[in-house]
Amino acid sequence: MKKLLLGNEALAQGAIDAGISGTYAYPGTPSTEITEYIQQSKTATTLNIHSQWSVNEKTAMEAALGMSYAGKRAITVMKHVGLNVAADVFMNMSVSGINGGLVVVVADDPSMHSSQNEQDSRHYGRFAMVPILEPSNQQETYDITLYAFYLSERLGLPVMIRMLTRLSHSRAGVEIGKRTAQNAISLPKNPHQFQLIPIYARKGYQHLVDIQTDIKESSENSYFNTFIDAPNTSMGIIASGIAYNYLMENFEDAGCPFPILKISQYPLPKNQVNKLFDTCKKILILEDGYPFIEELVTGFSGKEKKVMGRLTGHINRVGELNPDNIAKALGFEAKIPQPIPNIVTGRPPELCIGCAHRDLFDVINQLKKMYEQQQVFGDIGCSALGVLPPYQSVNTLIDMGASITMAKGAADAGIHPSIAFIGDSTFTHSGMTGLLDAVIENTPITIIISDNSAIAMTGAQDSSASGRIFNICKGIGVDKNHLKVITPLHKNLDENLDLIRNEIDYNGVSVIIAQRPCVQLPKEKKDQLKKLQTASIN
Amino acid sequence: MKTNIILAGVGGQGILTIAAVIDTAALACNLNIKQSEVHGMSQRGGAVQSHVRISDKEIHSDLIPLGKADLIISVEPMELLRYLPYLKKNGFLITDLNPFVNISNYPELKKVYQEINSHPNSILIDAKKAAKDLGNSKATNIILLGAASSQLPLSDNSLQEAIKTLFKRKGDKVVNKNLEAFNKGKEITTEIVL
Repeated sequence: MKKLLLGNEALAQGAIDAGISGTYAYPGTPSTEITEYIQQSKTATTLNIHSQWSVNEKTAMEAALGMSYAGKRAITVMKHVGLNVAADVFMNMSVSGINGGLVVVVADDPSMHSSQNEQDSRHYGRFAMVPILEPSNQQETYDITLYAFYLSERLGLPVMIRMLTRLSHSRAGVEIGKRTAQNAISLPKNPHQFQLIPIYARKGYQHLVDIQTDIKESSENSYFNTFIDAPNTSMGIIASGIAYNYLMENFEDAGCPFPILKISQYPLPKNQVNKLFDTCKKILILEDGYPFIEELVTGFSGKEKKVMGRLTGHINRVGELNPDNIAKALGFEAKIPQPIPNIVTGRPPELCIGCAHRDLFDVINQLKKMYEQQQVFGDIGCSALGVLPPYQSVNTLIDMGASITMAKGAADAGIHPSIAFIGDSTFTHSGMTGLLDAVIENTPITIIISDNSAIAMTGAQDSSASGRIFNICKGIGVDKNHLKVITPLHKNLDENLDLIRNEIDYNGVSVIIAQRPCVQLPKEKKDQLKKLQTASIN
Repeated sequence: MKTNIILAGVGGQGILTIAAVIDTAALACNLNIKQSEVHGMSQRGGAVQSHVRISDKEIHSDLIPLGKADLIISVEPMELLRYLPYLKKNGFLITDLNPFVNISNYPELKKVYQEINSHPNSILIDAKKAAKDLGNSKATNIILLGAASSQLPLSDNSLQEAIKTLFKRKGDKVVNKNLEAFNKGKEITTEIVL
C-alpha cells in the first residue's frame, strides 16, 4: 500500500532508501521535517544513520562532505537562507567534487510564509555549476532523491534538490521501493582531490568546467524532463517543478492543448527548449520563485520570440504561484470569488501564553521609557515576534546572529543603549563570533540571550546551546562581573529591570542570560534542562 | 469524483488531526489524496488552514483553486469566513461557534454569526460543549469531523477505522472517546438537518 507522506517525508524516505549513512542539518521552515523523519525512523536508527542536528548549516554541510570524503552517502538539508550560511563550502565542494554521493536539499519559501526573503536556490546551483533537481510532486520527490545519489556519484559532484514550501508541506500517497545498502568506507582515489590549494584547485575547477557537457547531456536525457506534445502550437509552456501541477489543474480531465516542457532537472535541456521555441508561436514560463528560466531563455536583444512570465507581468513577479494566477496567465476569464466579509480581521502569529520572551519584552519596553535613544537589535526565531504588537520591542530583524554584530556597529556609531536580543540556538548558530568581536573591543553593548533551550519556532528541537551558554560566554572572554543569569518571570520584573539597567550603564560588553525553558517542551525535558543549567553555572 | 475541503482554525486547535483522519480513510479506500498544511511561524497562534483534496482520479494541484471548495470545516467561527473566496457556489460550511479571541480587534460575535447564517448551507454547532459533555474537551475537532461527515465522500465506517488507526498508540480509552465524539458530531447535524 502507498504511504501517506509530506513532500519532506518522501524525500527523507528516499534518502534512507538511497543508502545514506548520515543527514546533517539545522532546522528551518520549510525544511525541518526531512531531518525529523530520519530521526524518528526505526530503520534509520537500526542502521545507525547519523541524524543529530548540527549547530548551523555550514557545519552541517561540511560534516556531510566529510562523510562523502570517507566514501559514504550523505545528505545535508536546509532552508533557502540557510544556504547563505553554508555558501562557502557549497561553492568550494563543486570544485573539489565528492566521493560518496552527496545531496544538498534546499527548501525555498516563496511568499515568505516563514522567512525574510524569497531567494531562489536555483541561482546558487547554477553559480556552483552543479545539477539541480526540482520535483513536482510527492512521488517524484521520492524517486528524484534516489536518482540524485546515483547522479552525484556518476558525475562526482554534489547534486542539489530544490524543494518549495507547498511541496514540502503537502501530503500524498507515495509508493516506496527497495532500500540500497550503505557504502563501505573508501577514500578518494586521487589524494589531491580535496586539497584546494591553488595548484589543485585550478585542476578541480578545470574539471568542473569540462564536465559541464556531461551535466547538460544528463539533463537533456533526463527521465524527469519531459516534452509533452500537443496540437495547439499558438503557445508553448515551460513549467518547472510544482508549477506543472497548477498548470494541469486548469485543464482538469481534458488535458492541456499546448505543448509543455516539464522541467525537473537543470541545467535547462537546450535541445528540448529549442524544440518548443521552434514549434510554438509564443512561450509561457511557469516557475515558482525568481524568473530563473525566463531570464535564461529570453533573448537579450528583446527581438526574438515572445516570452511571457514574471518579468513581463503575465505572472506576479513577487509571491508564490497557485492555480489561480496561472489561470490568469493562460488568459482564462477571472473568476470573481465570494469576498472575505469586512468584519474578518487579521490574526498574526503570537508568542505562546507564558513564554519567557514576553517577560523580557516587558522589561525592554520599560527601559525604553528611561532611555530615549534605546535601540534593540533582534534576531531570527520566536523572539522575532517581538517586532509585532503588542510588544513592538525589536527594531531590526535581518539574519541569524545579526543582533549582536549590528548592536556593535550601532554602538560604534554612538547609539546608547544598544541592546542585542537573541535566542539560545541562534546564538550558537551565528552569534558567538560576533560576541568575540564585541569582547575584543569591549564595545558598550548589552546582549540579552533569551535561553529557552530549544529551537522553538521550528517545533522545539534540541538546541546545541542547552546548558552551554554561560561557559561559552566566559570562554569568549566576557567579564564575569558583567555576565549575569536571570529568570524572566513577571514576579522578577523589577529586579530584572534594575539588573539590566546597571549593565546598560556599564561602559563595555554585558551579557545577560535569561533562562526559562520553552513552554512547548515536555516537563521531563524542562527538569533535565534545569539540572544541566545549574551544573553549568556552578 | 473530486472533493475539495478546507479545514480552518487557529494554530494549535487540531485541524491537522481532522486532516489526518480524512487522509487515512481516503488512502484505505484507494482514493488519491493531496493535503497541504501550514508549518512554521503561523502555527504560533496565527490563522492556519489545510487544503484537503480527495479524488478517484489524479489530483494535480496541492492547493484548491478559488471557488472550488465543496466544504469548509472550521474550528473557529471567524476563521471560517476567511476562506469564503474558496467556497463553491452553494458549498457547505460547518463551524464550532466558540470564538478564539487572541486579538484585540476580534469582531462582534453576533455579526460573525449573522454572516455565517446568511449562507444557505451553513451549520454552527457548539462542538466544544459537546466535547466537554463527553468528558474530553480535546475532541472538539473530532466532533466537527463527525458533524461534517455526511458531506465527505467517505463512509462512516472508513472514518471510524481511521480514528482507530490514528489514536491506537494512545490506548483504547482515547480511541473510544474519539469514536464517541465522532458519533456525537453526526448526531448533532442530523438533528439540525431534520
